[in-house]
Amino acid sequence: MLEIKGLTAAIGDKQILNGVDLVVPPGEIHAIMGPNGAGKSTLSYILSGRPGYEVTGGEASFNGHDLLEMEPEERAALGVFLAFQYPVELPGVGNANFLRTALNAQRRARGEAELDAPSFLKLARAEMKRLSMPDDMLKRNVNVGFSGGEKKRNEVLQMAILKPKLAILDETDSGLDIDALRIVSEGVNAQRGPNFSALVITHYQRLLDYIVPDRVHVLSAGRIIRSGGPELAHELEAHGYAGIVADAA
Amino acid sequence: MSAALKTTALDATAQAFLTRYAGLRARLPGSHDARDAAATRLRASGLPGPREEAWRFTHLRPITEFTFLEPLTPIEDCPRLLARLPEIDAPRLVFVDGRYRPDLSTPPEGIAVRVGGPAGEAVLAGEKLVDLNTMLGEDGAEIVVADGVDAGTLVLASLATDRDARHGAFHPRHAVSLGKGAKLTLIDVALGEGVYLNNSVLAIRVAEHAHLTHLRMQLESIRAFSFATLFADIAEGGEYDSFTLTIGARLSRNEVHANLSGPNAIAHLNAARMLRGQQHGDFTSIIRHIAPNCQSNQTVKTVLDNAARGVFQGKIEVARGAQKTDGYQMNQALLLSHDAEMNSKPQLEIYADDVKCSHGATVGEIDAEQLFYLRSRGVAHEEARAMLIRAFLAEAINGISHEAGRAAMETCLDAWWGADAA
Repeated sequence: MLEIKGLTAAIGDKQILNGVDLVVPPGEIHAIMGPNGAGKSTLSYILSGRPGYEVTGGEASFNGHDLLEMEPEERAALGVFLAFQYPVELPGVGNANFLRTALNAQRRARGEAELDAPSFLKLARAEMKRLSMPDDMLKRNVNVGFSGGEKKRNEVLQMAILKPKLAILDETDSGLDIDALRIVSEGVNAQRGPNFSALVITHYQRLLDYIVPDRVHVLSAGRIIRSGGPELAHELEAHGYAGIVADAA
Repeated sequence: MSAALKTTALDATAQAFLTRYAGLRARLPGSHDARDAAATRLRASGLPGPREEAWRFTHLRPITEFTFLEPLTPIEDCPRLLARLPEIDAPRLVFVDGRYRPDLSTPPEGIAVRVGGPAGEAVLAGEKLVDLNTMLGEDGAEIVVADGVDAGTLVLASLATDRDARHGAFHPRHAVSLGKGAKLTLIDVALGEGVYLNNSVLAIRVAEHAHLTHLRMQLESIRAFSFATLFADIAEGGEYDSFTLTIGARLSRNEVHANLSGPNAIAHLNAARMLRGQQHGDFTSIIRHIAPNCQSNQTVKTVLDNAARGVFQGKIEVARGAQKTDGYQMNQALLLSHDAEMNSKPQLEIYADDVKCSHGATVGEIDAEQLFYLRSRGVAHEEARAMLIRAFLAEAINGISHEAGRAAMETCLDAWWGADAA
């Protein structure tokens, strides 16, 4: 269970989060929507431990572990996964090597046996097939020369292989055409189960037609100003953020 | 004042070498004319000093801390050093403290090898370290591959023992000559223990349509001084493909003069360097496009940790008649510490008007975004850092087509990283 209480954070002198309260129970998928600059990406980075953000108050824990005290790799081993809005290119690092190193690093941290190369390749190929990714994407350097859609698929592939308990998807739908959106969504839906929860950050309701959330939250000016069921996303799509932001003010 | 003091200390060291020469002269092999001429020049001009443009970034002052002697005749095996040679299934020529050791060598078939004195004709006379080598050189291998022969792979190993902490100085002079259409892969490894000075000269001739792959591994003792001057002449349609890995030595300079003297000749001078602590590593190259339609490629990647200092000086000269020259030079450094320093000096001198020449230089730190990306996937900080450093060097290493050679280079890389983590 992800529990966030009164979380406030700044980048330099600029306050970005102004007291976020949020609970995502196990097995649930929650969507976070909101206008540009609301703090959506900041929230995802703070939960995954990206340097450069100052948490000025509040708490964030996952399954009782204080996330804010942990290194990014410790959070990953705990089962927290961030699908990047802008996946990072790693020239000189092969995708297969990257995936296997990450998987085995997490397994080691959890005291589990490492996966040997043949077992890993079998797993990776099966997941790639589900995501309609060609085999040669294992040989290429991580995200180098990938199209926007390929990069997002590669994020979902990592998620499928690492099998996190909490996935934070930061605008995974941006840059995807409708077919890729469907494939990526199926990849996320395949993870659904009692031990998987997700925070889906998006601008658009469209993604939520494919990944149907249990709850939808509206983040504005660093606070959650409204929460509701999936129907809230449709309301936003119909009326825009302006009305809701004005109501809350 | 300090500049004057440095010069004085260097002068004393030059004088010490001249005195050694006077004492050893009668016992040195071969003709003394070239030696005497080199001695005369050294007496007049001394060792390279900081006031010379070509030595602006690399000061020889640290060598003045020691008195170097000619090594004793090596007799015992050196199992520790031999064990560090890369495992490559190929004949090898082994030199210990600059002298050929037939008992440790397995001479190749199909290649003429002559040892027992400085090898090859005079090259680069007037270059001060070459003059020092000419004056005091005792031994070296002359390696000749006849026309049309594919001679496979040959290992040329230099082991340094610093026996009895004698601080040996040795000046090997090797020569490699490939006949028309001949082929050879030369894997040249230098390693050792303790304090010593290895001042080698290698003269290379690549005849028409011959192909020399030259893999160089400088794994010298971290307390040693390593100066290697290489001259390569590449004739029409010939190719000289070199990769130099630099890991060792307290102070090193690898200086390459490559002449593309026939049309359609090709030279690759690639390098990877990893330096740490107080190490200083200099890679200086002068590529001369003399004939038209030649191609030169150079990618030099340097990783610097702690207070290490890297120097890259890369000059490309394109002669008036060398039209359709294709020259590419890229020099990239990764700094792992705020105390590390990289000095870069690319130089293009172009006298032809129809050429394609490009060069670039970058100096940077490990990318914070890349580091976070790896850590967010569960890779611990140190491992993530190692992966990114490996990735930085991979572009250079992956270009080596000789499989055993590439594997040997990768083993060295792993060992370097392992030594740091330990």
